[in-house]
Amino acid sequence: MRLQYPPNIRIVRVPCSGKVDLIHILRAFEKGADGVCVLGCLEGDCHFNSGNLMARRRVEQAQEILNSIGIEGERVRMYNLSSSEGPRFAQYATEFTEEINALGPNPVKLAKNKAA
Amino acid sequence: MIVADKKPIEEIIEYLKVHTNILVLGCNECVTVCEAGGKKEVAVLASALRMHARKEGKEVKIEEITLERQCDREYLDEIRDVIDQYDAVVSLACGVGVQFTAEQYHSTPVYPGVNTCFMGATEERGLWTERCQGCGQCILATTGSICPVSRCAKRLFNGPCGGSTDGRCEINAEVDCAWQLIVDRLKALDRLDEYEKLCPLKDWSTDRAGGPRKVVREDVQQ
Repeated sequence: MRLQYPPNIRIVRVPCSGKVDLIHILRAFEKGADGVCVLGCLEGDCHFNSGNLMARRRVEQAQEILNSIGIEGERVRMYNLSSSEGPRFAQYATEFTEEINALGPNPVKLAKNKAA
Repeated sequence: MIVADKKPIEEIIEYLKVHTNILVLGCNECVTVCEAGGKKEVAVLASALRMHARKEGKEVKIEEITLERQCDREYLDEIRDVIDQYDAVVSLACGVGVQFTAEQYHSTPVYPGVNTCFMGATEERGLWTERCQGCGQCILATTGSICPVSRCAKRLFNGPCGGSTDGRCEINAEVDCAWQLIVDRLKALDRLDEYEKLCPLKDWSTDRAGGPRKVVREDVQQ
């Protein structure tokens, strides 16, 4: 397919989106990520029954926590797609990157760089 | 177990605004089971506090330790060597743990990181309900193992009040009438005759009415 998607995305592979814990998302922000999106299988299609549903809840929890400390919760997003949907992955990756670019850099990273 | 609920992060941030070396202290017992103050919750709170501090441009050291229990001196002693490094502790244990930690370390302020709610059971993940108020004189033997002290809004001892409708309590249609549950249970056990027996006046001095309580067991004291 040779699809293009923004090169500034770092992919972290997990066996199931249900493996992604709240602390993993928060640590990514703590270490300077500008945005985190969790990609899971389509709802109802999880091989482990409810992994993608748990991931969605954790994404919502991460959004709440970020909002409560003054960081935009929109920096965390959950997408559902099947593993054969390459074009959709490229589309989501582009869309998410554009939205994060519009929000600007992670304020934690900015403050850290300023202090250094 | 003791059931606790999360405190809003904003409230915790407000307590800690004057401190620069903070220990987030979890507890491996009840609050771990009710997912409010165990190792995972400690990591999440510490991460959120670190990000908030950095974002505000403050140099704050925030570290995490989770003890086996905070209501026993032997476990609290595990932080004796490091406690002086911190100018505040946020304890994610129940109110007992917060107070006991503060009693052991007089010069360090200890803040609560959770709201301690009640003694209850896990109905399902994410749903905990009250079962005991520790009244000090258990009457479950005569009420079909259902507690009217913790489950009846009026703490009635001799049958339901007039507000019991279709097995529900008048304070909230989602709350079961404890006395309906008791009668149903006694019926199922074929012990409905116990319902006819009058329960005498209860001595509430063993409840909170008698002030702070203690249990003294000379047989196990050393």
